[in-house]
Amino acid sequence: MKSARMRPDVHILIVDDERIMRDSLSAWLQEEGYHVLAVEDGAKALKKVTDKRWDVLLVDLKMPGMDGIEVLQEVKKINEDIPVIIMTAYATVDSAVRAMKEGAYDYIVKPFNPEEIGLAIRKIIAYQDLLKENIYLRQELKKKYKFMDIIGKSHKMQEVLALVKTVAKSNSTILIEGESGTGKELVARAIHNSSLRSEGPFVAVSCAALPESLLESELFGHEKGAFTGAVSMKKGRFELANTGTLFLDEIGDISPKTQIGLLRVLEEKELRRVGGTQVIKTDVRIISATNKDLKALVAEGKFREELYYRIHVVSIQLPPLRDKKEDIPLLAQHFLKKYCLENKKELDGLSQETSSLLMKYDWPGNVRELENVIERAVVVAKERIIVPEDLPPLTQKEQKFKTSADMPLREVEREHILRALESNDWNISRTAKTLGIDRNTLSSKIKKYQMKKG
Amino acid sequence: MRCIYILPIGSIEQPILRLLSKEVSANLQCRCKVIGNLDEPDYAYEPARGQYSSAKILKDILDNEQLCSSSKGMGKILGVVDVDLCTPILTFVFGEAQLGGKAAIVSLCRLRQEFYGLPPNDELLVQRAKKEVLHELGHTFGLVHCPNPRCVMYFSNSLRNVDGKTVHFCSSCSRLLTEKT
Repeated sequence: MKSARMRPDVHILIVDDERIMRDSLSAWLQEEGYHVLAVEDGAKALKKVTDKRWDVLLVDLKMPGMDGIEVLQEVKKINEDIPVIIMTAYATVDSAVRAMKEGAYDYIVKPFNPEEIGLAIRKIIAYQDLLKENIYLRQELKKKYKFMDIIGKSHKMQEVLALVKTVAKSNSTILIEGESGTGKELVARAIHNSSLRSEGPFVAVSCAALPESLLESELFGHEKGAFTGAVSMKKGRFELANTGTLFLDEIGDISPKTQIGLLRVLEEKELRRVGGTQVIKTDVRIISATNKDLKALVAEGKFREELYYRIHVVSIQLPPLRDKKEDIPLLAQHFLKKYCLENKKELDGLSQETSSLLMKYDWPGNVRELENVIERAVVVAKERIIVPEDLPPLTQKEQKFKTSADMPLREVEREHILRALESNDWNISRTAKTLGIDRNTLSSKIKKYQMKKG
Repeated sequence: MRCIYILPIGSIEQPILRLLSKEVSANLQCRCKVIGNLDEPDYAYEPARGQYSSAKILKDILDNEQLCSSSKGMGKILGVVDVDLCTPILTFVFGEAQLGGKAAIVSLCRLRQEFYGLPPNDELLVQRAKKEVLHELGHTFGLVHCPNPRCVMYFSNSLRNVDGKTVHFCSSCSRLLTEKT
C-alpha cells in the first residue's frame, strides 16, 4: 500500500546483508515518508546507483564480498555527490577514519539512537535541498544574465533582442555585423547562454589578432612536431568548443587559406589537426562577427562566397550607438553601477550637463567607448555626481571633428583614429581595442598620419 | 463500522486501557474494543539488548488475530505492552506499526515518569499513551510522520517530542485519514 504524503523527491537506498536490518530500517524510513529500497550486497547497490538517482545511501560496513568501504569507493566513482552513510555494529576508530577519508558523509553505530539517525538524514536532505536550490538559482541567474547585459530600449535594440531570442534555440550559424564596440561578443554569449548548447563551452577566437599560420593551429590544433615550436599536441578551438559554441570574431580578416580550412570543417563537421592524419568529429555551433562589409569582400574576391553563405544563415545587425542615442542614458547608468561596484564608490548619477554632453557626442567607438568614458569618470569623480570635468576632454566640448561624405577616406580614417585616441587618453592598447585593430596596426597608422598628442 | 481492537499483552492497568479505547473511538470515529490479554512477551526478549523486539511482538499479535472476532475484515489491532521495546536498528521505540497494515504496538514503559527516576504521574502517562496509540494507529492507516510538531503524527524520538505534540491530527493528516477510513 502506498503511504500517504510520501516525500516524492527523497529516495534512500539501503545496503545491508542482514535481512532483519534491511526490513527494520526500511520500515522506519518509510514511516518517515521516504521512498526506500533495500538491497543485500554491493553489486546490486552499484547497479541501482547506475540506474537512477538516490539522495542518500545507507551502507553497512561489514558485508560478505564487497564491504561497505569498497561500495563507498565504487559509488563515488559513479556519482561523487551522493551522500553515503556507513553503518556498523562493530565500530572502531580505524574503520570510522577510513570511512570518512573515503568520503562517507557520516559513520553511525547500530542500533541508532532514533533522534540521531533522524537528524542525520534530515540534515542530508536539507543539504541536498539547498544544493538543488543553489543549482536552480544559478540557472535562473544565468537566464537573467542572458539578456540583461544587452541594454537598450530603442526600437533598433528591441528588434535585435527579439531576433536574438528567436535564433538562440536553433542551431543555425549566425553572423553578427556591426562596428567595433557595438557588443558583438556580448550578443554571441547571450545566444550561447540561451541555446540548447548552454551547458557546453563558449570559445571565442579573435581572427584578426593572430597571423595566418598561428590562426590555423589555433582553430584546428596541431600534432606534436607539426612545425617548429610544436613541442606537444595542442587541441584547437574547434575541439575545445565541442558541444558548445565557437565565436569567430573579425572573420573578415582571415586569409584565403584559412577560409578553405574553415569551410571544410563547416561542411564536413570534422577536422584534422595541423600535421595530423586522424579525423576528429566536431559538434560546434558557429557564431561569427565582423565589422567589415563581407558582401563587398565577396564581390572583391577576398572572401569565399560559399563560406559567406555558410556562416550567415542568420544575420544580426548591431546598430552603432549614434543611431540609438536614446539608449545612452540607460547604458550610462548601467556602466555607472558596474564601475561603482568595481571601484567600491558610491555615486548618485550624472549631472544634467554630463548627460547632455554624452547625448551630443557621436561615439565612434560605440558602447565600448561609452563604457570606457564612464569607467574613467567613476575613477576620477570627486563628488557624488559625475560632472563634465570627469569626462575625457573630447566628450567635454562641442565636437571638433566632423567627417563628411566628400572627404577622402584617408582623412576620414585619420579623424576617426584621432577621435578614438583622444577619447581613450592616448592609451594605445585601449584605443586599439576600441577600434577593433591590434596595437601594431594602430601604432603604424599613428606614424603614417603623423598624429601627436595635442 | 470499522473496529479497532486494543489487545493488552502482559499486565496492563484496566483504567488506562479504557481511557485509551475512549480516545481512539472519539478521534478515529470508529468502534474500539479492549479484548482479552496475551501473556508477557518473554519470547521477544533480546538478552544482548536487555529489551524486547517490537517486530516479534507485532508478529505475535498478527498470529493471534483470531482473538479479534471481526478483525479479518477492515479492523486493526493495537497491542499495548509495558516492556521496553527496541528494533534491530533503533536503541528504543515507543511503538511500531505496519505502515498501511493491520497491526501496531505501543509500549507504556518509556512513557512512565518512573522510567526516568521520577515520581509516577498517571495523568501524564495516559496523556502520552493516547498520543502514541493514535500515532501508531495513524501509521496503520497509511499516514507517515508529519512535519507539524503539534500534530499527533509528528515523529517522537524523545519524550520531549511526545509531550510537545497534541492528541489531535492536524488538518492535513485529518484529511488524509478521512480518505483512508
